[in-house]
Amino acid sequence: MTILKAFLRHPTGMIGLFFLLCVVLLAVSAPWLFPDDPWDMVGAPFQPPLTEGLWLGSDMLGRDVAAGIAHGARISLIIGVISTLTSLTIGVTVGATAGYFGGKVDEIMMRLTELFQTIPGFVLAILLVATLGPKISNVIFAIGIVSWPPLARLTRAEFMRLRGREFVQAAVCQGQRAMTVVLRRILPNAISPIIVTGSLAVASAILIESALSFMGLGDPNLMSWGFMIGAARTVIRQAWWMSVFPGLAILLTVLAINLVGEGLNDVMNPRISRRR
Amino acid sequence: MTSVTSDKGSRAGAVVLAVAGWALKFVAVVLVIATFNFILVHASPGDPAQVIAGQSGASDEKLLEQLRAEYGLDKPYPVQLATYLGRVLTLDLGYSYRQQRTVSSLILDRLPATLLLTATAFILALFSGIVLGTLAGVRAGRWSDTLLTILSLLLYATPVFWLGLMLVLLFSVQLDWLPAFGYATIGVPQTALQRMVDIGTHMVLPVISLAAVYLAIYTRLMRSSVLDVTHQDFIKTAKAKGLKQGAIIIRHILRNAMLPIVTVAGMQAGALVGGAVVIETVFAWPGLGRLIYDALLQRDYPVLLGVFLVMSVIVIALNLLTDAIYRMIDPRVSVRAAS
Repeated sequence: MTILKAFLRHPTGMIGLFFLLCVVLLAVSAPWLFPDDPWDMVGAPFQPPLTEGLWLGSDMLGRDVAAGIAHGARISLIIGVISTLTSLTIGVTVGATAGYFGGKVDEIMMRLTELFQTIPGFVLAILLVATLGPKISNVIFAIGIVSWPPLARLTRAEFMRLRGREFVQAAVCQGQRAMTVVLRRILPNAISPIIVTGSLAVASAILIESALSFMGLGDPNLMSWGFMIGAARTVIRQAWWMSVFPGLAILLTVLAINLVGEGLNDVMNPRISRRR
Repeated sequence: MTSVTSDKGSRAGAVVLAVAGWALKFVAVVLVIATFNFILVHASPGDPAQVIAGQSGASDEKLLEQLRAEYGLDKPYPVQLATYLGRVLTLDLGYSYRQQRTVSSLILDRLPATLLLTATAFILALFSGIVLGTLAGVRAGRWSDTLLTILSLLLYATPVFWLGLMLVLLFSVQLDWLPAFGYATIGVPQTALQRMVDIGTHMVLPVISLAAVYLAIYTRLMRSSVLDVTHQDFIKTAKAKGLKQGAIIIRHILRNAMLPIVTVAGMQAGALVGGAVVIETVFAWPGLGRLIYDALLQRDYPVLLGVFLVMSVIVIALNLLTDAIYRMIDPRVSVRAAS
């Protein structure tokens, strides 16, 4: 409750939340605002913005750019959230195991994390989607696979800090199982920095997704912002609006999520934010 | 005299150890990534022979048979993996049946362009970030601070490929100042100097789009790092000794404040190389990223796997570079060398 109150008083966090809610609203209301399939031809091709009821113009196949942006918002948000949940699952599991058990286990887990940080993540994501096939589930899996290392490092650090505290030691001495200690004693106390980093990870997941679909690796049945820019790239000399508006949509969404994340950071981890 | 030589000896020993450590890490990463590639080929739906041939759908049965024999695809997995790793260690990255060339020759053709792009962007971001951040930190004012924060927030939320397209829209389409695509002007006889200038002008937009985000991050980091260092005791000592402001900034503040930025830059090398892939796609820059894009369109897996391996090697090389820079500027090392 106090966290919520403090967040409501955080100026930039609230600006971010406002824009984020606008994007969510757009995504939710897309089927009502633009009931037609965003892949359908609705007007003449290459129409500039504000012609024939097309606010943002039409693309080279006469598809409504505004409809594409509204429907693309759903895909971006869904992929951003689910792939972050995927990387959270991997990262927290690896980090918690390393931080709780320490020693050899920690050594192995951290080598693995380092390796994944050395690999160029985006190239790995391309490779994964290309070999497994351009389906939304594979895109989510690929983004999850390349974004977990920072979450694992953070979780490990938090677990190492909490591992030696009295209440954890007491739980261990009482004979509680490792699983119980990790999930019921340590994790609840480590959750706030994990939430903050997770919220920022949603933003970077949306950026990776847009880059993948820009490269032509998005799900071919789902309209997405990156795809729109990638398709309009070759006609940028004739038609700026086809690539400008979807890009602005990505910029605004990612910025909003980052602002919310930074706001959450200031509110939930005052210790860390004061150090900056 | 003896103490100096022994000191030198231990320093040389440390360097040898560091190089050996890097070589070990290098081989380990290459082997792990090769294993990764191997697993990917076998995890992908369909016949591995077809994947290697480039999934043209109607690949002829003779070629597939030949591939199965060549890669030993009928043998147990550990044997196949060992054969594959052996090939990779002897720099044999396979054959692109789509382009009728070995993957290593395709990669060697494209490597210089990518190295030029990433290295220039990396160095530009690092050095300008350090200079701008120091300026902002030394004269910390509300104005520059706010501007920097807003700029880095915006750049951090901008997709790299879109930034590139917007720069093309502004500087090539609207203003017609800079070329939008390619590596050099084709079909015009040029002297060496003209060619360098030509490539240079073609490089401006891709390099700026790739470097912009990192430039913003490093500037912001450097600024706060400079502010941290300025309040430490040894700076007060330097001031009390009567050193000039310029000398204090360069010899004491800059050197110490740079260390965290160099560390972060090393950690982001992977993201930089990934960004180069999309930037090369946007600007038709004839490097490895463009090779990936073409290979994607043709489902040319041997090329994709090979480029992934080589790009990981580039990231390790960039890590090595930042490590070397760190050793060069770390005052704790250089003080020992001077004494």
